[in-house]
Amino acid sequence: MKHLMSGNEATARGVYEAGIKVCSAYPGTPSTEILENLPQYGEDVYCEWAPNEKVGTEVAYGASVAGSRSLTTMKMVGLNVAADPLFTAAYMGVGGGYVIVTADDPSCHSSQNEQDNRHYARFAKVAMVEPSDPQECKDFVKLACEISEEFDTPVLYRTTTRVCHSKGLVEFGERTEVTPKPYARNTRKFICAPANAFQNHPLVEERLKKLEEYGCTRALENGLNKMELGDGKVGVVTAAISYQYAKEVFPEGTSFLKLGLTYPLPMDLIRDFASKVETLYVVEELEPFMENEMKAAGIPCSGKDKTGVMYELNTQLVRERMLGEKPNFKTVDDIAVAKRPPALCPGCPHRGFFYTLSKNKNYVVTGDIGCYTLGFAPPLNCMDVCICMGGGFSAGMGMAKSFEREGVTDKVVFGVVGDSTFFHSGMTGAAEILYNGGKMIPCVLDNRITGMTGHQENPGTGFTLMGKEAPMMNIEKIFEAYGYAPVLTVDPQDLKAMKETVDKAVAALNNGEHPAIVTRRPCLLIKRIKQPKAMCVVNADKCKSCKSCLKVGCPAISMENGKAFIDRTQCVGCTVCAQACPFDAIEMEEN
Amino acid sequence: MAKVKSALLVGVGGQGAILISKIMSNGFMKAGYDVKQSEVHGMAQRGGSVSTQVRWGEKVYGPVFGRGEADIMVALEKMEAVRYAEFLNPDTGVAVINDYAIKSTTIASGAEEYPEGCIEAMAKNFNTIAIPASDIAIQLGNAKCMNVVLFGAMCDSLGCPEIDWEQIVAETVPEKVRELNLKAFRAGREAAAKAK
Ligand SMILES: Cc1ncc(C[n+]2csc(CCOP(=O)(O)OP(=O)(O)O)c2C)c(N)n1
Ligand code: SF4
Ligand code: SF4
Repeated sequence: MKHLMSGNEATARGVYEAGIKVCSAYPGTPSTEILENLPQYGEDVYCEWAPNEKVGTEVAYGASVAGSRSLTTMKMVGLNVAADPLFTAAYMGVGGGYVIVTADDPSCHSSQNEQDNRHYARFAKVAMVEPSDPQECKDFVKLACEISEEFDTPVLYRTTTRVCHSKGLVEFGERTEVTPKPYARNTRKFICAPANAFQNHPLVEERLKKLEEYGCTRALENGLNKMELGDGKVGVVTAAISYQYAKEVFPEGTSFLKLGLTYPLPMDLIRDFASKVETLYVVEELEPFMENEMKAAGIPCSGKDKTGVMYELNTQLVRERMLGEKPNFKTVDDIAVAKRPPALCPGCPHRGFFYTLSKNKNYVVTGDIGCYTLGFAPPLNCMDVCICMGGGFSAGMGMAKSFEREGVTDKVVFGVVGDSTFFHSGMTGAAEILYNGGKMIPCVLDNRITGMTGHQENPGTGFTLMGKEAPMMNIEKIFEAYGYAPVLTVDPQDLKAMKETVDKAVAALNNGEHPAIVTRRPCLLIKRIKQPKAMCVVNADKCKSCKSCLKVGCPAISMENGKAFIDRTQCVGCTVCAQACPFDAIEMEEN
Repeated sequence: MAKVKSALLVGVGGQGAILISKIMSNGFMKAGYDVKQSEVHGMAQRGGSVSTQVRWGEKVYGPVFGRGEADIMVALEKMEAVRYAEFLNPDTGVAVINDYAIKSTTIASGAEEYPEGCIEAMAKNFNTIAIPASDIAIQLGNAKCMNVVLFGAMCDSLGCPEIDWEQIVAETVPEKVRELNLKAFRAGREAAAKAK
């Protein structure tokens, strides 16, 4: 029987079937559902949310050193965080099969850049496997483990949004139980001392040659690489999701060389394929990763000049760009469609914090990545910079130092991170601010969950990925341990308390103290926390149409017939708009 | 089973487009088609514009198609129909639209206006079936079954008369809400037959 499942669900199944025993990861779209789908395999696979990708990569590496097959997953920017262990693990090699999933996001559906992580495979000199559909997502995990063990290399398992989130039919296999050799210390291999590194580098170079040969031979037998010969006129070298598009679009008779092992490229195989066709194309998303290597190896080919280096492809784009067929479509131009950007949910706990800070134009807010990034959007307009996870504290430090040097005295800098982000990489920034005397106020918006990526547990929530209770780390105590004082905790939904807290913190800062703020209220969408049902309504007689309530930026309020109006299907009765109304025109509905 | 067919489902996050794609996929799988389905998710917040693609046929390769390639488009909200209109095949495509408006945040804040005449404009350009699926669902006692009302309205435009869609709906939805959803399905199918 076949199962309809997404690439990520299939990868999780692949983890189970491959006999992988330890998985550690930090969530990030589009990779998150792999780990989320592992607890169903119970005791067979240990899985956990790590505080960040570097930790997850190291935990999985340790498990590999001890002998277990292991895996870590991350979104593409996560590999920037985890690059340090990757590059050295590449020199030291592995014990049990070691797989690092990097999920790229062409078109930036939910990411801060469009980096092509295939470059990491070449940079770190490790093997790279790229599945193109859910069946391969499942099957290739096992092959990746085998490659890792045979060639003594970490394997980069590279997917993209459309591979992760597209569903297709998958046939299951049995789980392979893998029993590792008894553990024995091996310092020559696993200590990254310079003398060892020096000796390891030649092994790495040799390994790449062996992998290339494998790609030309055995990878054709086990289905990682596939050659489909046609009439010999046009040949396409392709991989991953691009194969699916090209296969659908190119006419019958086209030859395909579809690669599942994309680093190192099997150059002899490609050369052989090239000799069998008159015209050779390369179809790949983003960078000319394969094309440039092929050209450097002296194989004439083209593709990037047509497909472009930006954004994802689809069937229509491949048809248009590679075959020159213009699409036939119509737009409805006489209607001005309004934008529909994401916004903080009605009742979001972050709203009160940003609403309060938005009232003072001298407040500079260095934000970070999470639901709360949306504090930048109108009408809150309450963020100056947001660069990467953890950057909210450290970029704020830089701004504060610059203001100090430049003699700017009227600005107050608030560094803002979420609870998950605090544990990810905010804590190092918090140390930096205190250590180096930053004149700024670090704030943690603790909504009791990793919200943005779909609500995962973290070290502050009291639960693990496998649903067990866990020690709940206390953010205030961490601040206090660093030496921050006063550490102020506040319910962000209480606007009066929120303003008093901010004022208190600013006064303390101006007094030479080291204040920190923790706002605490759970995100509304956490399933295990029951939220009271409530609703607010506008008393139209009292409403003076001043639009003050619209400034809280809640999707549930708008103006209708000249008066404020609350959409009953959306409002959750958080009362933030009611507190913002100067005329008490918004009332809690008795229920 | 000839060429691959493509459907585009659009709406606002939280409206329940996923259930429609699930019913479709279950029906196609049961009838022996290959199926691929693609959605972009990852933002936790409610209320953004969302789209899902479903493709079926003897063998489906690409999970994602582009402009002018949808045989059918289902819009759970009418402004979203206009936003994604370019994906519909202009000659043979069918648009099935819920005659219902949801304001976006930019509209709520007064920065933009909700456009008039979305359905009329779609009907001028495409073979369009518009039904008040949300109102029908509310009359049936549960606004949430709007998605199944709309599925009832679209199922006869999928071009798979061999599939007993009512049966598939019954098999796909949870036991507790089966009766409600079957009513919703029938009401939508009838409304579409009348609207044609
Ligand atoms: C290095 C890196 N890893 C992962 C992500 C994906 N990501 C974006 S926001 C987020 C979670 C933020 O959670 P939290 O700080 O608790 O804020 P919330 O969304 O709950 O407001 C994650 C994991 C990322 N953008 N960058
Ligand atoms: S998911 Fe939670 S934290 Fe994110 S915007 Fe919605 S209520 Fe706020
Ligand atoms: S009470 Fe006001 S701010 Fe809160 S959810 Fe309802 S409309 Fe939005």
